[in-house]
Amino acid sequence: MIDYYPAAAEIFLATAICVVLLVDVFLRDEQRMITYWLSLAALLGTAACSALFFVDEPVTTFFGSFVADAASGVLKLVAYVAVALVFVYSRDYLARRNLFKGEFFILGLFGLLGIMVMVSAHSLLTIYLGLELLSLSLYALVAFNRESATAAESAMKFFVLGAIASGTLLYGISLLYGVTGTLEIGTLAERLSGPDGMGIPALVGLAFIVVGVAFKFGAVPFHMWVPDVYQGAPTPVTLYIGSAPKIAAFALAWRVLVEGLGDAHASWQGMLIVLSILSLAIGNIVAIAQTNLKRMLAYSTISHVGFILMGFIAGSDDALSAALFYTVSYVIMAAAAFGMILLLSREGFEAEQLEDFKGLNARSPWFAFVMLMIMFSMAGVPPFIGFYAKLLVLGSLIDAGLVWFAVLGVLMAVVGAFYYLRVVWYMYFDDPLDEAPIAAPGGMRVVLSVNGLGLLVLGVFPGYLLELCMRVL
Amino acid sequence: MVTVAHYLVLAAVLFSVSVAGIFINRRNVIVLLMCIELMLLAVNFNFIAFSRLLGDTLGQVFVFFILTVAAAEAAIGLAILVVLFRNTRSINVDEMDTLKG
Repeated sequence: MIDYYPAAAEIFLATAICVVLLVDVFLRDEQRMITYWLSLAALLGTAACSALFFVDEPVTTFFGSFVADAASGVLKLVAYVAVALVFVYSRDYLARRNLFKGEFFILGLFGLLGIMVMVSAHSLLTIYLGLELLSLSLYALVAFNRESATAAESAMKFFVLGAIASGTLLYGISLLYGVTGTLEIGTLAERLSGPDGMGIPALVGLAFIVVGVAFKFGAVPFHMWVPDVYQGAPTPVTLYIGSAPKIAAFALAWRVLVEGLGDAHASWQGMLIVLSILSLAIGNIVAIAQTNLKRMLAYSTISHVGFILMGFIAGSDDALSAALFYTVSYVIMAAAAFGMILLLSREGFEAEQLEDFKGLNARSPWFAFVMLMIMFSMAGVPPFIGFYAKLLVLGSLIDAGLVWFAVLGVLMAVVGAFYYLRVVWYMYFDDPLDEAPIAAPGGMRVVLSVNGLGLLVLGVFPGYLLELCMRVL
Repeated sequence: MVTVAHYLVLAAVLFSVSVAGIFINRRNVIVLLMCIELMLLAVNFNFIAFSRLLGDTLGQVFVFFILTVAAAEAAIGLAILVVLFRNTRSINVDEMDTLKG
């Protein structure tokens, strides 16, 4: 008898998406708001299911291929918040560009379902299915503005590179299956921990899996798709890709590398160190040369991935909690940053160049301050949450005896601070290039303000979130 | 005598051919899609060979999932290709270079 309760949230969301899809078909264009509200209601219902069936002790079901535990519950709740923010920020932008279609919300929800499946996966098959559900939704989302040549080009690049990543990951999975004869993560870890568990074939499989994970994270040298997709996709889609899927990438690395291949930590630690150093260096240095804010934030994502990987490199439970804390805080920061670009955009004008932020203080002191908080937080300036996140991962590296690496991380963070502070300089000390008033609706302004203030509040009082991260992992 | 090792080598060769095809090919996006398909089929070879070796059906079940997902993936890839062609009138890989920096 299969126990369906641990998967209640997934089942509810899958059903809700079908309902939204069906209702959307019967709506006229001017009634599209119904799809929007239904999507938000679906998110709320899914969150309620997750909260209702929250478990402290891990429960596996579906013959060991699905697990509900405290960490998956927390990761899913963060994902719901991120997707809800995406929907709220995007509404006005889409409506002004005649892109306010049901597809955006339905694909967004399907992507969320993929994230949830990955977060709760307890078998390599489940991980693969969740990953593909997420990736396929994202490919379609990037191309969903059918009039745009750049969006189509970036979607094609994303698709090809993403498919290579999936293929590589699958090849690694097939080798691990051949060595251990199982796909279930718990059994896999047991069989690999034996005396001759990690032979050459398993190590080759591991290398392929690390490449696949690095592709999905967007770590250098597998980062080629990140800047092109961030820049080419419509900004709401960039917002989506920049926030929620990072949770999926964390879950992928955590479930496969830590839970499945934890005994091979020494083997993948070296690979991740190379990925992390390259990501920090390339991400931070190339970002300085960018004039497009979306592209700059793409390189900034790459450097943040370098920091998240540090938690995995250090490897202890506390270090993983630090990586989780970093991931959660990055998702909140990224949502706010792309939200600012959406806030300043209006019909026929994308506020995606750095120059578009010049003199923002003169136009709207409050939103200049919100952007200042976001940039300071990303740069890691106290007392914002980004500072605390960096402090934790660097501290975990020092605990693991990798002091040189922590020093390198600090140096790279200082390099990175330059391009974040340049945005602040533009906003406060340059004259505005355009004087048009900000056209965003009131609801979005309030949510974005709360999002920005959250960076400050969580930075001053990180205790609760930190304790949560410590407790669940 | 054909052993499991032969199948594994064949799968590895097919996988390498597909990766080489993706990176060497600079002309046609459709060839890229074919290479991606070949890559997934190489993985399927691996799974079936191991499944036979281990006497375990799980590998074959995985192959069914891969085939299904590959079909969905091809559908989305071709849909993106149609959008790309409508906008740029070209499916040349070399001309996909407006985004850089």
